Amino acid sequence: MAKRFLLIVTTLSLVAIMMGCGKGKASITMAGSTAFQPFAEKLADQYMITHNNVIITVQGGGSAVGIQSANSGAAQIGMADLVILPQEAKDLTATIVAKDGIAVVVNPQNKVANLTSDQVRDIFNGKIANWKEVGGGDIPITVVSREAGSGTRSSFEQIISGINLKKDALIQDSNGTIRETIANDANSIGYVSHGLVNEKIKPLKIDNQDCTSDEIIKGNYKLVRPIFLLVKGNMEGEIKNFIGFVLSEEGQKIIQAQGLLPAK
Amino acid sequence: MKLISEKGVQRILMLTAFSAISALLLIALFILSEGLPFIFKYGLKDFLFSSEWQPNLGKFGIFAMIVASLWVTFGAMIVGAPLGVACAFFLSEYVPRYIMRIIKPTIELLAAIPSVVYGFIGVMVLAPIIRDNFGGPGLSLLSASIILGIMILPTIISISIDSILAVPQSYREGSLALGATIWQTITMVTIKASKSGIIASIILGLGRAIGETMAVIMVAGNSVNIPHSALDSVRTLTANIALEMSYATGLHRQALFATGVVLFVVIIILNSIASVAIRKRMVKK
Amino acid sequence: MRIHPRYIQRGAVAILGSATLLTILILIFIIFFVLEKGLPVISLHFLTDNPEDMGKAGGIFPTLIGTILLPLLALIIASPLGIFTSVYLSEFTKENNVTKIIRFGTDCLAGIPSIIFGLFGYIFFVVTLGFGWSILSGGLTLAVMVLPTIIRTSEEAIRAVPKSYREVSFSLGASRWQTVKKVILPNALPGIVTGVMLSIGRSIGETAAVIFTAGSSLRIPTSVFDSTRTMAVHFYILAREGISAENAYGTAATLIIAVLLVNLSAYWLMNRFIAKRN
Repeated sequence: MAKRFLLIVTTLSLVAIMMGCGKGKASITMAGSTAFQPFAEKLADQYMITHNNVIITVQGGGSAVGIQSANSGAAQIGMADLVILPQEAKDLTATIVAKDGIAVVVNPQNKVANLTSDQVRDIFNGKIANWKEVGGGDIPITVVSREAGSGTRSSFEQIISGINLKKDALIQDSNGTIRETIANDANSIGYVSHGLVNEKIKPLKIDNQDCTSDEIIKGNYKLVRPIFLLVKGNMEGEIKNFIGFVLSEEGQKIIQAQGLLPAK
Repeated sequence: MKLISEKGVQRILMLTAFSAISALLLIALFILSEGLPFIFKYGLKDFLFSSEWQPNLGKFGIFAMIVASLWVTFGAMIVGAPLGVACAFFLSEYVPRYIMRIIKPTIELLAAIPSVVYGFIGVMVLAPIIRDNFGGPGLSLLSASIILGIMILPTIISISIDSILAVPQSYREGSLALGATIWQTITMVTIKASKSGIIASIILGLGRAIGETMAVIMVAGNSVNIPHSALDSVRTLTANIALEMSYATGLHRQALFATGVVLFVVIIILNSIASVAIRKRMVKK
Repeated sequence: MRIHPRYIQRGAVAILGSATLLTILILIFIIFFVLEKGLPVISLHFLTDNPEDMGKAGGIFPTLIGTILLPLLALIIASPLGIFTSVYLSEFTKENNVTKIIRFGTDCLAGIPSIIFGLFGYIFFVVTLGFGWSILSGGLTLAVMVLPTIIRTSEEAIRAVPKSYREVSFSLGASRWQTVKKVILPNALPGIVTGVMLSIGRSIGETAAVIFTAGSSLRIPTSVFDSTRTMAVHFYILAREGISAENAYGTAATLIIAVLLVNLSAYWLMNRFIAKRN
């Protein structure tokens, strides 16, 4: 009986090893920015329909992982959504493939519809702690922010400037979780990628400018950050083709249809 | 026919026997080699006793998270330990054995439910209740404590029952024969004889509570903040690692591994205490 | 004033009993909460279709594959190691300092939080060994994680084999290894299988360690070097990112049913084992 058990185990291990030997197609791994991940998946799916000799795998992880894994070779293409790329990215070829607005959002029950940049700064710093100070009801403000190192957070803080996040701000680790937290809590305020705004949350006007694609393209809405694809060394072969596809009219259309803005 | 000699078999088995300990050493080696250089560079005191955690400004103090981890674990103990131990005594002393044999595995099933499911229920059910009735953001120390308290119940109940049942029946019979009630027997005899096992179960539960990650991220709110009340949002050591790991580079990343080092050391200490307690029980047996 | 012990006794019964009741109610609530919302979503299509739009629509087929492959790989690696370790500890050596160290190491390994396993797996398997986010990295990490469970349960199962069996085998001239192979392992097998099943349960539900090592790709893997997403990770992402509450509940329900099935069969095996021995 023990022998049979061993036999099964050995067979299974062999099967597992053999499965590792079935690779014939070119394979590209993308990793990084969670904000761009859904778009990358869509783009990859489209690309693979016409180029069936390529397999593109998309991982999240965050902008830092994007830079790191492009450097280490764990991924061929890194994705990052920072206003300013850090030192570690200096050896990487960076291509801006899209732009993304950052919407400051509140619960739909909230009466407040417009904030100035100064008010946003004061709220996130904790100087303004009650909605009545900015024209809302008499309820305390729950601030929700992203974790340190997040591309969206550093872009948000760089553009608003002078933010020293208040200590008791809730921290969530993705656009989606911020959206869920805001949707569940009527007193809260946060910020998410413009493409992820839905009916469960309400984007605010900032300095009287709407957070809409039009205003962002016109350059009126100020909270905008670029999205980079990062490649180590020179772009070659399928990687070059794929990034070319992303920048092509077809690729940019997919990006726009999903709520991001074209690179140019 | 013998393919391998008896001695050979023994050698191979001995090699495999070192797999667990070598895995442990490998883990220690890698976590320490990633985390320790940072601690030396940044200074142990500043790292452990400052509550300024601002990676973008190069400030890495985890004091607030250590405090939060301790509070959350303590809270989980307040919820889980009395409930679990009470449950264990009830099931092993008051309930017929065959019923206990059905209920105990059922409770152990609680341990098999993925922690993300607990976290999700915490977000969907518990946090709104707390927010609406007590104020605050809902995602808080309190919700984390309750969810973790529930999560450690199976560990506490299962190990406690095992150690209570290990108390020789003759002890109980002696006490009952002297006219003591079951409760008196529990407080005067059984508890004393099974004490180290119960303590071990609580310490193991403690370890699980300190180490839990996903459920805590979901329900604790994650602010880097020394809590002033149970309704404040907090971030534990584990949550800190999992939250920021994906976005961290350079020093920041090393600081997260250093957080792992602190966690690792705490867990090893707790386990050593628990295994001494369990050993003691086995020796007694 | 002295309260009569009988009243204290009644009070104790009431308090202990309600604690027990509360615990059981919580268990039932959790399972029903998930099943009630999730069961209506589960259908053959849900289980066998590919997800569309990051899981917003469609099924969970690739995650089902991931959920089967990762624990399987973990077991292929951990079971022989764990079982041999327990055979060595219980049959081939006496209690000494070496076994004490091995046991202490096993206990410590069992207590290490999954996030630490995740960090380790990421830095060791994914980066240092260059396996990338893959089934291989995830499976190896899970294998290390469940190793102590397998060692402990197998050791208990082996120790439970009556001494007399061994004596008979030895008196017939069998060697130690022959005794292990022909007498001890067959008799301890159901107990060992229980430990293995419990490990499957743990690896199916694991999130933190898996997300850092196996990644979260939604494609059907074609080799052990491909990234995969397990149901637990899929649930976490769906629920956290608010992609689709409906599919999240469906995934959670499938996950809970899978875990319950695995655990129930483990207990069934164990009981059969106990019944057979008596």
